Amino acid sequence: MESIDITKTENQYLTFILDEEEFGVDILSVQELRGWEHATPMPNTPDWIEGVINLRGVIVPIVSLRKRFGIEHREPCPTTVVIIVKVVSGEKERVLGIVVDNVSEVYNIKESDLQPAPNMEGAISVDFVRGLATIEEKMVILLDINKLINEGVLQEVHESSVDAA
Amino acid sequence: MSVDLEQFKEMFYEECTENLEGMESGLLALSEGGTDLEVVNTIFRSAHSIKGGSATFGFTSVAGFTHVMEGLLDEMREGKREAEARIVDILLESVDVLRAMLGAHQAGEEPDDERANILKKQLEDIRDGGTSSAATTSVSDTESEANSGLQGWNIIFAPHEDLLQTGNDPALMIRELQTLGALTVVLDDERLPHLDALDAELAYLQWHMTLKATDDGTVASQEDIEEIFEWVEDECDLTLEAIEEKRKAPDRRAEDRRQDDRRQGSRRSAESGAKKSTQAAASIRVGTERIDAMMDLVGELVITQSMLSQLGEDFEMSRMERLRDGLNALERNSRDLQESMMRMRMQPVSFAFNRFPRMVHDVSQKLAKQIRLEMVGEDTEMDKTVMEKLNDPLVHLVRNSMDHGLEPPEERKEAGKDSEGYVRLRAFYQGGSIVVEISDDGRGLSRDKILGKAVEKGLVSEKDAELWTDDQVFNLLFEAGFSTADKLSDLSGRGVGLDVVRRNIESLGGRVEVASTLGKGSSFSIRLPLTLAVLDGQLFRLSGQTYVLPLISIIESLQMQKELISGVGTKAEVYRLRDQYIPIIRPSECMGLHDEDASLDGALLIVVEWDNRHVGLVVDELLAQQQVVIKSLETNYKKVQGISGATILGDGTVSLIIDLAGLFELSGLMNDRAFRVAA
Repeated sequence: MESIDITKTENQYLTFILDEEEFGVDILSVQELRGWEHATPMPNTPDWIEGVINLRGVIVPIVSLRKRFGIEHREPCPTTVVIIVKVVSGEKERVLGIVVDNVSEVYNIKESDLQPAPNMEGAISVDFVRGLATIEEKMVILLDINKLINEGVLQEVHESSVDAA
Repeated sequence: MSVDLEQFKEMFYEECTENLEGMESGLLALSEGGTDLEVVNTIFRSAHSIKGGSATFGFTSVAGFTHVMEGLLDEMREGKREAEARIVDILLESVDVLRAMLGAHQAGEEPDDERANILKKQLEDIRDGGTSSAATTSVSDTESEANSGLQGWNIIFAPHEDLLQTGNDPALMIRELQTLGALTVVLDDERLPHLDALDAELAYLQWHMTLKATDDGTVASQEDIEEIFEWVEDECDLTLEAIEEKRKAPDRRAEDRRQDDRRQGSRRSAESGAKKSTQAAASIRVGTERIDAMMDLVGELVITQSMLSQLGEDFEMSRMERLRDGLNALERNSRDLQESMMRMRMQPVSFAFNRFPRMVHDVSQKLAKQIRLEMVGEDTEMDKTVMEKLNDPLVHLVRNSMDHGLEPPEERKEAGKDSEGYVRLRAFYQGGSIVVEISDDGRGLSRDKILGKAVEKGLVSEKDAELWTDDQVFNLLFEAGFSTADKLSDLSGRGVGLDVVRRNIESLGGRVEVASTLGKGSSFSIRLPLTLAVLDGQLFRLSGQTYVLPLISIIESLQMQKELISGVGTKAEVYRLRDQYIPIIRPSECMGLHDEDASLDGALLIVVEWDNRHVGLVVDELLAQQQVVIKSLETNYKKVQGISGATILGDGTVSLIIDLAGLFELSGLMNDRAFRVAA
């Protein structure tokens, strides 16, 4: 199933588990993986913002994907991982951490193998899904991390920056 | 091979700014009388460097203009010419023009050469000895389009030889001109060669025409005329000269126009200045001795580091002592390094003060007041970023002093004061802040006038007004839309004013204070943190988290006593602190943190001042006071209400810095007028 030759239409995805469901993000947007550590909670933010951490002197917000997607909350355990992602937001790059249950695999997936996502109930809007892929009989939901962070997490930033301009 | 000059341009602009400032202050020194050769030399050198630089970058108009200035300055330098007030004024204006031209170049626009050409002509006139001011008047007025005294135009139309070859016919154009008014045409056939040398396809003739008003009195505008010659503008020399009505007092008019020009110029340069600050890559000039000092520190750091790593290679408990020493050294090194880094960002406040001699010079002439500017403590250093943001408030306050504060000479004499008033700019350190004070010996603030206005605006009832302290009254000046100026002037008093000043200062984490004695003068003090990147903070604990509060806003902390707490309405609580009631805010509630213990008895209260109000914040525990480095939340997230930023504590955890304005907004205190008066 896994093919080695890299063509233009093939992308690498890092997959992770959330409540027994497998999700994938484009590996090029992943900066690093970290174990879960306590984040300083931030008042007046949506509850899926866990807080901020000190990433080598930079303040980085942490998003709980479980909470964002409305999946039942689970206390962090040793396998809980924070994926630090870099997204293009407006004209600059932002670095955020997303909390997931654990990291799974890296797959090469051909663009042509992607299937459009059906309309899903709940908080995982179709807008945030790039497509579905089937790997070894399992379904992997590939997320559009840029869209998820920009529209699903930072939305108000854009509105306020438009106001400012 | 081409050299990329782009990279040097920024440097050139920066140098130009310095040179222009140098010229300006030199010229101002000259305007006080006498031709000090040293000063003239300095001005000359500045002009010369600008000329050289602009020629290198191909800014020919700038170079040409400076060349003429330089010529004049050269004559002064050689003692052939005295520095008369008139010449100095024109040179000052030229500095404005230069600044505008360079600003335009920097913004990537074509500079507007019109004013430059007028001034250039004036400068040349002076140099050539054609010094009558009537001559300069007519020149500057000729260029003007919207002139009421316009009678008509003298037009000289001199086609180049090849005009006919492009299919254009002068006759058609002249015929068209006729439709614009009464036209008198005189043919100039001087260039017409002898018949056997004549080439029938070349244009030899020129026309001198006078276009007067039409029968109904309308005079063609310059655009109308230029439109006719639009197709041939590259193939002819066209000279347009306005014919003016003789005026009774031409000199007076000229003076007015000059003032107008100058005002326009300064506005234009202010605009380009604003543009510049957003576009130009931020850079800073640092003295080499500071770099050297930093270099030494880095050297020490490297030594400490190598010592520590050696120690770590085969460590045993017996070497504990050395480890401790090493760590101490490391701490000292890094603190020194941070300090020296901060010092790099510090610049003497004279950078901000330097513009004022010129401004005071111009404004005092315009207001017909005698104003002396005194500057004290120009060497006081402050953070570059803070200084940049301080500029506008400073200009505003100085203008206010000159416009509203200082009286005209007659009024001063009547009040028994020296006819010359002063505006004093003073900068000094106080504690961890820098204070900039703008004071004058003018008429001072009138309590009655301010209160009258406040009552009129419904900010205070007449009865309460009597009880207010002077401080409270003067602080009303900082309310939005509050202006006591009897009449609007060009300088200040448009109702946007001191409230903007206060907002700007507060956004920098500072405060403004007023003091005034009627008849003696007033003084505004701006108190600012030394730097924006570091904050003196009070750490406190709230719902299990550590937060930071800017120390500057804290008045005191106390333990509350039950009997002094009273409820107002259902929710709001106030605390009686000596003779005033201060509202109590529970930050944990405003910020949506869960709060286990709701009882206020014995709880800690931090009394803070913000926007001239005293407010108490309930906290769980007071921790250390320490300097914290401010980090933005917006780098990776966005603005969070009630939080101005974050910092990293010694143990590596993140702590949030409280933004009082945001917190008060969250608590609903902002719109509470009753509280405002009570406080």
